Amino acid sequence: MPAVIEIKDLVKDYNLGQVPVHVLKGISFEIERGDFVSIMGPSGSGKSTLMNILGCLDKPTSGSYELDGISVAKLNRDQLAEIRNKKIGFVFQQFNLLARTSAAENVELPLMYTDASAHERHERAMAALFAVGLAGRQDHQPSQLSGGQQQRVAIARSLVNDPKIILADEPTGALDSRTSIEIMAIFQRLNRQEGITMIMVTHDPDIASYSNRNIRFKDGRLQGDERVAQPREALKDLEQIPAEQPEELESA
Amino acid sequence: MNKLIASMRIALRALQVNRTRSALTMLGIIIGVAAVIAMVGVGAGATARIQAQIQSIGSNLIMVSPGSLSSNGVRLGSGAMASLTEDDATAIAAECPSVAAVSPTVRGGVQVVYGNSNWATNAQGVTPDYMTIRDATMMYGQFFTAEDVDGAAKVAVLGETVSQTLFGDSDPTGQVVIIKNVPFTVAGVLTPKGQSPTGQDQDDVILLPISTAMQKVIGANKANAKAVSSLMVQAIGPQAMDQALQEVTALLRERHRILPGLDDDFTVRNLTEVFAAQESSAQVMSILLGAIASVSLIVGGIGIMNIMLVSVTERTREIGLRQAVGAKTRDILSQFLVEAVTLSLLGGIIGILLGLTASLLISHFAQWSTKVSPLSVLMAFVFSALVGVFFGYYPARKAAYLDPIEALRYE
Repeated sequence: MPAVIEIKDLVKDYNLGQVPVHVLKGISFEIERGDFVSIMGPSGSGKSTLMNILGCLDKPTSGSYELDGISVAKLNRDQLAEIRNKKIGFVFQQFNLLARTSAAENVELPLMYTDASAHERHERAMAALFAVGLAGRQDHQPSQLSGGQQQRVAIARSLVNDPKIILADEPTGALDSRTSIEIMAIFQRLNRQEGITMIMVTHDPDIASYSNRNIRFKDGRLQGDERVAQPREALKDLEQIPAEQPEELESA
Repeated sequence: MNKLIASMRIALRALQVNRTRSALTMLGIIIGVAAVIAMVGVGAGATARIQAQIQSIGSNLIMVSPGSLSSNGVRLGSGAMASLTEDDATAIAAECPSVAAVSPTVRGGVQVVYGNSNWATNAQGVTPDYMTIRDATMMYGQFFTAEDVDGAAKVAVLGETVSQTLFGDSDPTGQVVIIKNVPFTVAGVLTPKGQSPTGQDQDDVILLPISTAMQKVIGANKANAKAVSSLMVQAIGPQAMDQALQEVTALLRERHRILPGLDDDFTVRNLTEVFAAQESSAQVMSILLGAIASVSLIVGGIGIMNIMLVSVTERTREIGLRQAVGAKTRDILSQFLVEAVTLSLLGGIIGILLGLTASLLISHFAQWSTKVSPLSVLMAFVFSALVGVFFGYYPARKAAYLDPIEALRYE
């Protein structure tokens, strides 16, 4: 499998006041196309900074970063926006849905910045909502949805542009354990059936055990990088837990 | 275009979220635009009224009056000298190519009697050219003819005020009025012209053939039997005014044998120009009114800027999210710009309606003539859009250049 992400000697410094803070101190790794990677590490280890750079929201101080064959380290603001729009889906811990806006319109948001027609936007949003098991909820506003459902709308939004990679920053951080596993089930299916590369930051070793590869950070350096010997199957685990809302996963 | 409509819809929805706030913000623009429309309407109404008055004295009018007389060191006022004659009038009409018509005029105060009522008015002896020179039309009957002038016929044309005083609303044509014991048959009544630009009642007049007036009513000048009070000269067009002025001056100097270097014994005035000055001062007034009203538009614009800045801060996370999913600088810029312009345009439209209503009310209750031109409505519309762009740009730019990471993390 060719690499979808290649980073080499990545350094990121912040100038907080007089003293430069070295957040990333030279990191190199590759992520293969179709992999499911979890990134772990204590707070302040630099994993959020790494995610920002991987997500093309931030630029490295030095080092190279190739995403899907494109060197993005030197791109300008708008070029990075285009890369984010075309190649990356984001899932956040706090969902970041637009309030007072229907699920379908939330999912359409990335398409607002493409040439897609209104009709095409709607079709694709509906397909993405179907893919996360929320068919029929397209007119609900975030306030009318549970946390798990909101996160699934957010996943649908990250999917709608057919991204190469999905970056999830603590996607289960605000969810209970059963809902978290439901989200993992969706991730595993997207990863295996759609071939989307998943990169997920988490604190929770249980959640990390659903991924295929685990990268650990400490003090701005790689501390560990190993393949998960036996990734857990989210769908199987769900069968063990008594379902509180069994209808939620029917179409997932 | 499609995108613009889509962003308009998004903007409208964003504005609906804070209805009261949006309405209050718009109020600034509404008041500003309404004030501009109403004030410019009042100014334009005043200008139009002055224009109508200028029109009423006749178009392309040049007034020639005799010069002042100086005898034994005592200078008398302008018009004291009997230097202008009917022959001057004939010569001007014949020899000046830029002159369309000339009417010599003699004036005098008279008492007009009809039955048991009477009225003091101003009698003018004129020729039929008076009609074209003054742009006069008849309400009743006919103006007297050149034959009436040649034959010194005892006919009179009444101004509307005189007719109203002596005959009420009835048509006086054919009736006989007595002026200085001479009976005159009323030939007709002039269509009323209202006030002159100087505030005189132009309808308080009685017109007689100049020959009759000089022989029977006003009396000829003792020094010169052919002398007249003034000459009304009409140029062939507005562009020919200066040319006509020069031709008349040159011809009269030659006829009066005035050597080069000596002063004219007559005065030539471009009446249209004199009153055009009044018109332009009314225009300055309306520009001034509009300018003062524009200040409130600018204040309204500052209100928009203020609210847009608040809105950008409140929606920092939304901006961060939009940037994360691919919004470019100009996407965010245009989103907030469209929102500001929508706010100001909506305010502008409401303001235009309010301004139209206000100017209708002003003309109804204060009896001022107001005139709201489509141009001023269009200007108000465009101006309110520009206010939105101008005052919306800074907040929109601030939004567009937010750091996406900071914005996403904003609480």
